[in-house]
Order: sequence, then structure tokens, then C-alpha cells
Amino acid sequence: MADVKTTGAHVHGEAAHHASYLEENKGIMNWLVTYDHKRIGLMYLWSVLLMFLVGGLFALLVRLELLTPGEDLMNAETYNRVFTLHGAIMVFLFIIPAVPASLGNFVLPLMLGAKDVAFPKLNLASYYIYVVGAIMAILSIVLGGVDTGWTFYTPYSTSTAGAVTLMTLSVFVLGFSSIFTGLNFIATIHTLRAPGMSWYNLPLFVWGTYATSVIQVMATPVLGITTVLLVMERVFQVGIFDARLGGDPVLFQHFFWFYSHPAVYIMILPGMAIISELIPTFSKKTIFGYRGIAFSSIAIALVSFLVWAHHMFTSGQSPLTNAIFSFLTFLVAIPSGIKVFNWTATMYRGSISLKTPMLYAMSFLLLFTIGGLTGLFLGTLATDIHLHDTYFVVAHFHYVMMGGTVIAFIGGLFYWWPKMVGRMYSEKGGALSAILVFIGFNATFLPQFIMGSRGMPRRYFTYLDQFQPLHQFSTVGSEILGAGILVAILTLVASLRKKPDAIANPWGGSTLEWEAQSPPVTHNFVGTPVLEHAPYDYRHAKVEG
Amino acid sequence: MSQTLESAHGHHPAQQHHFATMEQQFSAAKLGMWLFLATEILLFGGLFVGYGIMHNRHPEAFVAGHHHLQRPMGAINTIVLLFSSFTMVVAVWASQTNRKKLLIWGLIATIACAGIFMVVKYFEYSHKIHDGLLPGKFYSYKGPQVEGEFMFFSFYFMMTGLHGFHVLIGMIVLAWILIRAMRNEFSDQYYAPVDLAGLYWHLVDLIWIYLFPLLYLVS
Amino acid sequence: MLPRQGSTIAGPMDDLYMFIFWLSVVFFIIIAGQVVWFGMKYRRRGPGEKTPHITHHLNLELAWSIIPLLLCIVLFFWGFDGYMKATVVPGDAMEIQVRAKRWQWEFEYPDGIRALNDLYIPVNKKIRMVMISDDVLHSFWVPEFRVKMDVLPNRYTDVWFESTIPGTYNLTCTEYCGKGHSTMRGSIKVLTPVEYEDFVKEGPPELKNMPLRELGELVYKSRGCESCHSLDGSRRDGPSWKGIFGKTEKFTDGTSAVVDENYIRESLMNPHSKIVATYEAVMPVYKGLLRDREVLGVIEYIKSLK
Repeated sequence: MADVKTTGAHVHGEAAHHASYLEENKGIMNWLVTYDHKRIGLMYLWSVLLMFLVGGLFALLVRLELLTPGEDLMNAETYNRVFTLHGAIMVFLFIIPAVPASLGNFVLPLMLGAKDVAFPKLNLASYYIYVVGAIMAILSIVLGGVDTGWTFYTPYSTSTAGAVTLMTLSVFVLGFSSIFTGLNFIATIHTLRAPGMSWYNLPLFVWGTYATSVIQVMATPVLGITTVLLVMERVFQVGIFDARLGGDPVLFQHFFWFYSHPAVYIMILPGMAIISELIPTFSKKTIFGYRGIAFSSIAIALVSFLVWAHHMFTSGQSPLTNAIFSFLTFLVAIPSGIKVFNWTATMYRGSISLKTPMLYAMSFLLLFTIGGLTGLFLGTLATDIHLHDTYFVVAHFHYVMMGGTVIAFIGGLFYWWPKMVGRMYSEKGGALSAILVFIGFNATFLPQFIMGSRGMPRRYFTYLDQFQPLHQFSTVGSEILGAGILVAILTLVASLRKKPDAIANPWGGSTLEWEAQSPPVTHNFVGTPVLEHAPYDYRHAKVEG
Repeated sequence: MSQTLESAHGHHPAQQHHFATMEQQFSAAKLGMWLFLATEILLFGGLFVGYGIMHNRHPEAFVAGHHHLQRPMGAINTIVLLFSSFTMVVAVWASQTNRKKLLIWGLIATIACAGIFMVVKYFEYSHKIHDGLLPGKFYSYKGPQVEGEFMFFSFYFMMTGLHGFHVLIGMIVLAWILIRAMRNEFSDQYYAPVDLAGLYWHLVDLIWIYLFPLLYLVS
Repeated sequence: MLPRQGSTIAGPMDDLYMFIFWLSVVFFIIIAGQVVWFGMKYRRRGPGEKTPHITHHLNLELAWSIIPLLLCIVLFFWGFDGYMKATVVPGDAMEIQVRAKRWQWEFEYPDGIRALNDLYIPVNKKIRMVMISDDVLHSFWVPEFRVKMDVLPNRYTDVWFESTIPGTYNLTCTEYCGKGHSTMRGSIKVLTPVEYEDFVKEGPPELKNMPLRELGELVYKSRGCESCHSLDGSRRDGPSWKGIFGKTEKFTDGTSAVVDENYIRESLMNPHSKIVATYEAVMPVYKGLLRDREVLGVIEYIKSLK
């Protein structure tokens, strides 16, 4: 174990023998009113996983419908609602909160050597705000559904029937949950670091979480005002977006993407933050280019605010606007590239253990690279004209969001699972899930690059016969992907039936959370941890695994 | 070999257990409040941007609409809010220097000013409602008007409405602080809630300082 | 990977696309190759294995920051140049007015003739589409021309192309617009100069010699009649055409008339002058949208429906 002094620490390498946060204060009421970041993290975890499964189910339905050009399971109107809900649930109820609120909440204070986040009550409030938002969103599905696409473009969204207002308001509510989480984490990182932990001694997961939190705090309010304006337009016809009243529908796109572009970095930065932990641990080698990765995270957060209109190259905006945003878009690509090179270089001459978290991390490197490279086609003006609003875009963002963030998230779950629940899972199950997910994911989305390039538009219920073979291939892929996700979740859940068997540091990690017991005591550490060396320093470590 | 956690005795009753010192707690709370204020600026910022763009697109409509606003009432509200910021500063200083009476009077004065603001606002709104100068589809003014004038009122009500909502919230928060002050909870050892409420109140004032010229004065 | 190159800018755009493609392949092989190779070559051999403490390498990091940046700058300029060529309309283009509405494309030629969904244009001629929407956002995309532009309700947008090969090219709406989004399709039919001259005089070439009844059936299916008029007697937004010729219809104003050639022609050109009782006045006006021969075709077709 890494040499971190903890006053009166218990012996390393043994199973827990202090009452853990799971064993104390049992009973559902104690969980529902808890201020403990670990419990809140777990409550978020099961909520976002539930939303992930619901959103995933909608995705499978979409792919099943697309097996043939004709009407298979549903008509066009139902299809439009199903793809909208897939997007809205996945974006607002799953991917934006998932890593920060579940893994971030659990791990961040432990990594900092803190007892909790800065504002534990606010943390609990964030969770309940999320729940309220989720209930409103689910209600909107039941009370008429939404068929606008997750992007809610006007004038369609201000004039179509359905529960658009309710779902828009649910997004408004969910935004507060996101803002408060980000606010909490920034204050935590600034004020609750353990003695000796300077900024350059922070684990990169913390840097990534910090960058994410900055975006959450700065960008989400704009989503808030956008949703308010959309509701005002829809209900009271205030005139800002409605062309017939003198408003501008493209103005909505500017408002919407001003948040939603930085939002995609809220999605990917935490995933990258996880990878920055997995690669050094499972290569048992110090991270290559620590400052490069740390500064890239901040650079990505800042530059992400400057590129929103690259979602609007064919919206009728001026060539000058297009040129500026295309140029800035290329700039934001560079820091992501730097990170990928640094992670790869970390593996060079490492001592690599191909356990499940590492399998997911390596998948991330391959899939995120494809996602990032295909972004070049879209940032380039001439090619974007052809590819915008096609399946190429759908494939691009699934590669970065799912091949990137979701796969990193699952890898992180497998990584921190022993710490969270004190149990080791079946390595066979984990490895099987990684393989199925990798194969299924590529089978689903790789053909979509080709389909988009060949003329297949987005959000299409029916299509020309020439696209059918690739659609069918993609659908089969989605079934394999779904199976892989299921195996992953079952593997983790199955471990809960065992008696606690995890040691404090099963992977030989070098960051502070591995000093705590698995699972930790309620106040995280027995005594105050003091940092004695930088993270990822394996020179003096007696690490096992 | 169980170890007792770091002793929690002998610290201020308001200190939460995950903080090592009151200074650390105050420092975190202050940072949190500043971050929250930043989000408020971005929230209102969206409305300001929307207003700016629409004003640019429909200049005559916006100027015509703006002439219906009652500048004297807006000016009174501006003075009232500025004064309330002053009384708030006094209250914060009083809390930092153990002047309980002054703290209470400062808070009461601030809340009273906020109340005056809301009353003046009530009169302004009533007048507009009476004339049919309302947002969006409710606009029913019968007098001479420019096409699209309703859009000015859409923004007027959205912006002053959102601001007024924040004033109301401020009044509730300050009332709660007042109750705690009367219960002797604040001293030079612990005045954070007053300080942070003060920060919030100054932001509410600042937003009005931008709203007033933009809506009432600029032709 | 890419469809047929049907316009002057398709070739250059495809060149850029393929450049990015091969660039991506090279980078992917470098990265993925190393990840997989390192995963195998440096597999942990036993516990307690030591690794070198390599924290950074300035020159390497600078290289892999600057080289990609330079490549990106190349892509930016190349892309911007291609974009300008694709979107700045040349001066001598023929203008077609386009009105997008849920869920069809209405075209109007410079001489006032209108077309629905199928646009006939001459080859090797610059065409500019001046577009506006009647309702929500749509987007005009002809994949084989590599041109795309959103169609807005509050102002005009435009797109231009010059097709180089006669043939039929798919037009497809690519901004989500509701129920009929995936069927909001059309075609751009590019004709040789001779064929185009013919078309201007007599209408679409393949329909010139089509028997009138068959032509009428084609119009029924492709010009919107089908969505409101059934053939089997069932009631839709408009009266069924089954057995209607020769029937006497009663109208909402109390008058009545026999359904004959004149009545059918009037219903197409001025549909709201006589509304059949119990129906609403929702039929679109077809004046200017059908050539004379097409109207005759519809009449013959209705005559044939017993």
C-alpha cells in the first residue's frame, strides 16, 4: 500500500473490522434522510442505473422498429415519442448526473481525505431535486408523451401537442440538481483537501471532477432560462421564438446549444477522469503527463463555452459565424487528443493487469478515439454540410457518449465496487460483459457512419430499402450491447449475495480512497489522513494485485 | 483497536463535523454563495441577451412599449433598493461586531425596504394590467401602438417578475435571519448566515441596477 | 462510403472527406495499435513487478500537441474553402422558389409553373433554391449533390447546385418536423438540354405518352389526393371517389350539381367555391400545380371508378 500516514490507522491488507457506513444506522429511514455522501452516492447510483435501463429499453425499441422500413411495432407518431424519450432520459436523467453524482459523490471526499463534501445537506437536497425532476419526466411520458426530439427545437416544440411543458419544466428542475452538485464539489475541492494535498497532488479524477463542476455551475443556468423561455413561449406566446409573432426560431438554437455544448463536456470529463485513475492503477505505472491532463481538463471546460454554434452550421447563420465556430471547434479537440496520447504513453512499459476495469479502460481508448476523430468530419465546414443531421452525427455522439462516458462509467463501477460495497465480483462475469459491450457497441454504431454518409437522415421512422441491411446489422448489434450491459449489472448485483470479502486496496491503487476500509467507516477514515506522496507514485509502494 | 474520531468537543455549536475549523466552514460557505450568485447572473443574463436581440430586431416596438413605463416609480424603487443595500451592510457589520440591536434594526429596515419595493411594484403592475399592457397572448391594449409592442411587455414582465420573485425569496430569507438574530445566534464568532444573505441581497440590488436603466431609461 | 457524385462540388467535398478518413485511419491505427500492443507486450508477469517512473517528456508532448493542431488548421482552411464554394451562390443561377410545408416540397419555376415534390432541372446549369417554410423547421438535403440547408419560417435561406449527370436524385427532409418527417421526400430529376426543353413545353417526359387514366391514377397517388379521398367508399377529409362520376352532390350552401368534367375541373382549381355538405373547406388549391393533361387524367381516372 502507498505510504500515507494515518493517525492510529488499522492494519492494511485485511478485511474490514470497523463497522462500515453500510452497517451503522441501518434501515430505510436512515438512508432517506442521510447526509453521508457515500449513501447519497449509492442512492443516486441506483436511480441513474434505473433511468439508464429505461432509456436503454427505448433505444432497443427504436432499433427493433428500424429492422424494416415498414411499420413493425409502432406507428410514426409513437416512434417519434420513443426516440425523443430515449434521448431526453439518457441525457438529462442519466448521463449528466451519473458519474458526478454517483461515483463522484462517493469517491471525491475519500480521495481528498475529507469526511464529507462541503455541504452535505445541499447534497441530499440535490438528490431529492433529481427525484422530483425524474418523476416529472416520467409523468410527462404517461401524460401524453413528447415528440420533439431531445433538442426541443422551435417552432415544432412550441406548437406540437403532448406534455412538452411538463417535460421542459422537469429539465428545469433537474438543472438545479446539477448546479448544486457542481457547486458542492467546487467548494469541497477548494476547502476540504487533506493536509499536504496541494493542487498538483490531487488525483486526476479530482481535476476532472473540478472541471466538470465549473461547467455545471456556469452553463446550467442558461439551460434554466432557456426552458423558462420555452415554456413562456408555449403557454403565453411571449414572442421570442415564434416567427409568426416576430420572434426567431434560430435564437432558440443559440440559447439551447449555449448550454448543451458545454453539457457534452459535463458528460465526457468525468469519464476521462475515471480513465485517468484506471490506467495508472492497472499499469502499475505513474501517469504520463500529469499536468498535461490536468490543464487539458480545465482548457476543455473553458473552450467548451466557445463552440456551441457548430451544431448550427446549416441553420442559415452567416459564413463568418460558421468560420469562427469551426476554427474554435478544432481548438477544443486538441486537449482531448493530448489526454489520449498521455494515457497510451502511461501503458508503455507498464505492468498491465487486464482485470475488468482495465478492459473497459482500453475499450474507452479505442472507442473515444473513433468518436473524437469522427468529430473532425463534423467540425470541418464542407463535410459538415453533407453530414449534419444524419446518422453520421448519431454515430459520432454515441461513440463519445457511450463508447466514451458510459464505458468509463461501467469501468469505474467495477473499479470502486469493492470500496463501495466491500465485495469482489466475478472477474469472469466482468470480462464477459466488457467483451459483449465492445462487440455489441461497434456492431450497433459503426454501420451508422456509413449510413449517414450514404444519405440516411436522423430521426427517420422509415427509410429507403438500400439502408435495410445496415439497419438490421445495427439492430442485432444493439441486442448484443444490451446483453453486455445486463451481464455487467448482474455481475455486480450477484456480488452482493456474498459476505464482505474485499480488502482495503484490492487493485493496488495509489490514491487516498484505497487507504480507507472497504467499505469505509461512516466518517471515511479512522483518524486524519495526511498525504505523504503524490498520487500514481509506485516507486516506494508495496502494492499487490 | 478502535480509534475515537477526532474530538468534537469544545467547538462552536454551529460548526459542522466534517469541517476542521469555523474558518474553514465559513470559507467554504462563502465560496458556495459566490458560485450560486454566478449562476444567478447567468440565469438573468439569458434574459438580458434575449431582450437585447429582440430590441435590436424591433426597435420601434420596444421604444414605444418603454414609454408606457412609469419612470418615477422605477426611480423610487431604485433608491429604495440602494438604501436597502446600505442597511444590509450595516446589519452585516453589526453581526460581525456583536451589536445585536443594530443588527436587528438593520435587518428590519432591509426587509421594510424590500416591502416598499414590492408595494410600488404592485401599483406598477396593476396599472399595466388595467391598461391591458400584458405579456404575450394577454396583451390587449387598445390605444395607439406599434406592431410587436406586446413583445416589450413579454420581456418587461418576465424580467421584473423573475427579479421580484428573487426579492420575495430574499425577504423570506432575511426574515429567517432576523428570527435567528433575535435568538442570539450570531456573534463575532459566527455571523456567516448574515454575511451570505447580505451577498445575495446585494446581487438582487445589482440586477435591478441593470434592469432599471435598460427597461426604463434607454430610448 | 459516399453516394454517387451528382454535382460540381461533390468531387472536391469527397476528396476532403477521404483525406479526413485516411487521416483518421492512420491515427486510429497508431493509437489503437499501441493500446492493444502494450496490453499484450507489457502484461503483468508477477506481483511486485517494477515499472519505470516516466512522468513526462516535453518534446514528445509538444510534438503531439503541435502536429495535430497544424493538421486541424489545414482541415479548417480546406473545409472553409469548400464551404464557401458550396454556399456562395454564383451570379448566373436559375432561381427556383421552394416552400416546405408538412410534409411536402412545393417548387415554383421562374415562369410561374409549380411542381410538387419532383423537380425537373437541366443538367450543367446552376440552380439556386430560394427557400421558406410554411410551418416548422425543415432541411433541404440532396445527398448526391452534397448540399444541405435548413428551411426557416421567418426568413429565406438558399442553396445552390449544378448537377453534372442526368438522372434522378433523392431529396430528403433532414430536420425533424413531425409525423411525416421520414416521408417528406422528393426527387430532383436532372434532364439533358433537349429533354428539358421538351419538359418545359409538355411536362415530364415519362408521362407524355402515358394513357390518361393511368396518368390520373398517378396524380391521385403522388399529388396528395389519396390522403383525403378514398377509392372504396370510406369517408375521409373529402368525399370518396368511388362511383362519384355522374352522381349529384349537395353543397353546404344548399345548391347541388352533377359531378361531371367541369365540376371536377372546378374542384381542382377553385375547391372552396362548392363544399360538399357535411365536409369542411380544407382542400388545397391545385391551380398552377397541375398541367392540363394531368387534369384530363384525373377526370378519366374518376370516370373509371365504379
